[in-house]
Amino acid sequence: MSNPYTRIVRDGLWENNGVFSMLLGMCPAMAMTTSATNGFGMGLATAAVMAASSLLVATFRNHISQEVRIPVFILIVATMVTLVDLAMNAWMHELYKVLGLFIPLIVSNCLPLARLEAFAAKAPVVPAFVDGLCMGLGFTIALTTIGAVREIIGSGTLFADASLLLGPSFKFMELRLLPASMGVLMMILPPGGFLVTGLMVVCKRLLDLRAGKEIQMAGAHGIA
Amino acid sequence: MTLPSLRHGLILGAFCLGFGLVLAVIAQVTTDDIAARALEDRQNSLSQVLAGVPFDNNPATDTVLMENADHKEITVYRSRLKGEVTGVAYEIYGSGYAGEIKLMIGVDAAGQVLGVRALAHHETPGLGDKIEEKKGDWILRFTGLSLANPLPERWKVKKDGGEFDQFAGATITPRGVVNAVRGGLEFFAAHKARLTEGS
Repeated sequence: MSNPYTRIVRDGLWENNGVFSMLLGMCPAMAMTTSATNGFGMGLATAAVMAASSLLVATFRNHISQEVRIPVFILIVATMVTLVDLAMNAWMHELYKVLGLFIPLIVSNCLPLARLEAFAAKAPVVPAFVDGLCMGLGFTIALTTIGAVREIIGSGTLFADASLLLGPSFKFMELRLLPASMGVLMMILPPGGFLVTGLMVVCKRLLDLRAGKEIQMAGAHGIA
Repeated sequence: MTLPSLRHGLILGAFCLGFGLVLAVIAQVTTDDIAARALEDRQNSLSQVLAGVPFDNNPATDTVLMENADHKEITVYRSRLKGEVTGVAYEIYGSGYAGEIKLMIGVDAAGQVLGVRALAHHETPGLGDKIEEKKGDWILRFTGLSLANPLPERWKVKKDGGEFDQFAGATITPRGVVNAVRGGLEFFAAHKARLTEGS
């Protein structure tokens, strides 16, 4: 891989995907994926927080001493989350009503912290920003996929309420694929989250195997 | 002094101070907008539960603080036409399957329900959440009812011998809502004079 950015982007979006490879951020990955739209919104909010905090940590990396780095990272992530929370409440209120309850939970998501520790703290500003952004987008892809599968099986719809999240012009995305009576309620409830996430991890490993790659052990690239 | 822990403490302190300042600025910038959004939300839910009576004031700002039967302070919003109270709206609370269900009820001056809407709840998606207006029209069933219609002993879900349908697979949620609405009407009956007094 000659270009380091290609590597970072591929790692973040697919090969080292936060959810499907590293199994980090499991709490939002299961709690927020009752529909594709919810997963997508949560993913984007997380990506914004990750990109911003990676940028800040890389900027200050020479001033943060080893002994206090963890509290400083948490401080930075928490500040970014509060910032997103306040800004969304003030200027994207419809979206806030859907996601508001879950935004503060990004602080307790271990994926941003893991990337700060494993990457941003040792990297220059631009690669760190790209890594945070791509890891966040990979997280978005994972959450949207899990949400889509759960939503189709559980309620028979896909991207329901997407117009609330993205604006009225996205009404066309809201599909009903199966009649509501065919919905399997369990997929919307917590067991569905575990089942779908597990199956997705299996799918990713099978795809990687077929591509002839060694299976990477979960957590090999990050901290728990 | 070369105490390393002092240096670490200073670094941490500097970061806390810096980011604290950033947060203070952002909070300051967004305060007005957030308050405006909260007011819009309240006006929205008020216009839904007070639909059906004419009024020429702004109910969101015509408020009186009261204590409900559980000694909880609630804000009562009043709609007026030429100074006469035409309807009142306030929050009511039911106990659902997974915690409290917060609803807003509108009652006209004669004690008839104008409308009920769920504001916040934690009921099971796909079962109990049919109390939301966008997920079903069950909640609209209360419009026009009063303590005389149906009679108090019939203000229950069908399973308990009352008038109201429960949902397939969920009885506790509708029971909580029905009880809350009945409680809301009883609150109105108990405080009718104070709630409808002229300005």
